[in-house]
Amino acid sequence: MTQYEAVIGIECHVELKTKSKMFCACPNRFGGEPNAHVCPVCLALPGALPVANEEAILQVIRAGLAFGAEIPAFSKFDRKNYFYPDMPKDYQISQYDMPLAQGGVVRYWLDDGTTKECRLTRIHLEEDTGKSTHAGSGDGRIAHSSYSLVDFNRAGVPLMECVSEPDIRSAEEAVGFLDALKRTFVQLGVSDVKMEEGSLRCDANVSIRPVGSKDLGTKAEIKNMNSFRSVSRAIESEIARQIAVVAAGGRVVQETRGWDELAGTTHSMRSKEEAHDYRYFPDPDLVPIEVDRTVVERLRSLMADLPIARFERYRGSYGLGVAQATQLVDTPQLAEYFDSCVGAGGGGQQAANFVLGDLSRLANETQTPVWESSVAPQDLAELIGLVQSKTINSKIAKDLLLRMWNGGGSPKALVEHEGLAQTSDPGSVERFVDEVLAAHPKVVADYKAGKTNVMGFLVGQVMKQSRGKANPALAGELLAQKLG
Amino acid sequence: MSSDNIDIRYVAKLARIELTDDEVERFGRQLGDLLEHVKTLHDLDTAAVPATAQVVESRNVARADAVGRCLEHETVMQMAPQRQGAFFRVPRIISEES
Ligand SMILES: [Zn+2]
Repeated sequence: MTQYEAVIGIECHVELKTKSKMFCACPNRFGGEPNAHVCPVCLALPGALPVANEEAILQVIRAGLAFGAEIPAFSKFDRKNYFYPDMPKDYQISQYDMPLAQGGVVRYWLDDGTTKECRLTRIHLEEDTGKSTHAGSGDGRIAHSSYSLVDFNRAGVPLMECVSEPDIRSAEEAVGFLDALKRTFVQLGVSDVKMEEGSLRCDANVSIRPVGSKDLGTKAEIKNMNSFRSVSRAIESEIARQIAVVAAGGRVVQETRGWDELAGTTHSMRSKEEAHDYRYFPDPDLVPIEVDRTVVERLRSLMADLPIARFERYRGSYGLGVAQATQLVDTPQLAEYFDSCVGAGGGGQQAANFVLGDLSRLANETQTPVWESSVAPQDLAELIGLVQSKTINSKIAKDLLLRMWNGGGSPKALVEHEGLAQTSDPGSVERFVDEVLAAHPKVVADYKAGKTNVMGFLVGQVMKQSRGKANPALAGELLAQKLG
Repeated sequence: MSSDNIDIRYVAKLARIELTDDEVERFGRQLGDLLEHVKTLHDLDTAAVPATAQVVESRNVARADAVGRCLEHETVMQMAPQRQGAFFRVPRIISEES
């Protein structure tokens, strides 16, 4: 039987996080009263003229640079003509043949830590449409509605479209790719990238071909996916459908298919209309953009450590697991906190354990982010140093961390003031050992009768007796000697 | 270019204009005349003229990312042929579902 592989390309739209809209000074804000953030430009009133938002242009250039895209010296805006009631001009200002960013590669990783690459075709800048609600049908479906309600608050919001090459081979890879875009855009601060709020929307072009073939099969464009999970389910379902069509002797037809979350399948959205003819042409209302090379170089030099680079560093230099490395990278502030701690001498793995363990738990309990807490990364590094030098044991370290969280300050000072340093002096540990053995004759008898698993209990008692200061390894050795 | 080369019905459809057979004939001829006139440009020697997307010479006209005033909501809604609450109400959108 023929084995098939999937060939997938992703197109996604990302709403940029600017203060104002793309071509007018209305606020770029999610939600709010309908039709409250509108003006003559974004309502397309006669005579109103658009002026491009400089910050949005810079954000797209930065997004391109993050993936190593080429930033052409010359770029322009074009009109994409089509009719839809949520687009007041009856055209959308977009970019056709001269986008702000061309090419580039998105490097991403999968849950098992494998890294993959997907080439980008382009990233361009355009304006978002308004939002329509299909009403009068009872079920919200376009087909059954009798009229639509339109809100233009979103019309004219800057929208970045990223188009990938068909380099993706599975649903898992598609989600890995989207995760990489999301992390990168969040870190760059160019978007919130929230699918549920519509600031990220994506379509997938899916086709199949026999394994080993270099040809591209006929693709279907999948729409209406509104979470990473639905992207994954939709792609899997579509691959299975296409394989079934071909296995039954049929042919996949080129069409747009909508994902139905409840049914768990895609369905044809073929319209009776002919293929779109957008009649792109340069927008005469907007002058071309010449991108100054010094600006590009300045933006490139300001580019911080990107998520994939961080992930590889955490894995390579500190040997962190995929889950820990991913958790850190997914919250850039936490990753920066971790980096500062490691920079101040807190070993990688121990720092990761504290940051993602005790500190994240405290953060959750107190609703205070780790990076805003009173535990400075340098203090955590100091605490790790105290554990590594065996000045304190891990039990005391946990207690200290709680006190540091509550404003306790430097762990070294706390240890000195309160005499918490771990006792590795055999004389004093021996005193605790003797006290414990004297207090538990029955346990001692059990041990001598061969129940050696009571050792843990005895070490625990020594730790308790010493108020956590005894070196547990030394306590164990001394106990064994005395019982042996 | 003669009007034979223009698919006038297709152009009309893209523009959402309904034309009678008479109008197809008449507008087709007029559009053909227009294109014929513009064809004069073919006779010019443009070898030394760089390609452009814009005839004006200015570049990089942009605004700083700052929020300004919007229109008053009621002012906006008074322009609507039909409204429902805070929304514009428009005719049903042609189905894209099969
Ligand atoms: Zn506006």
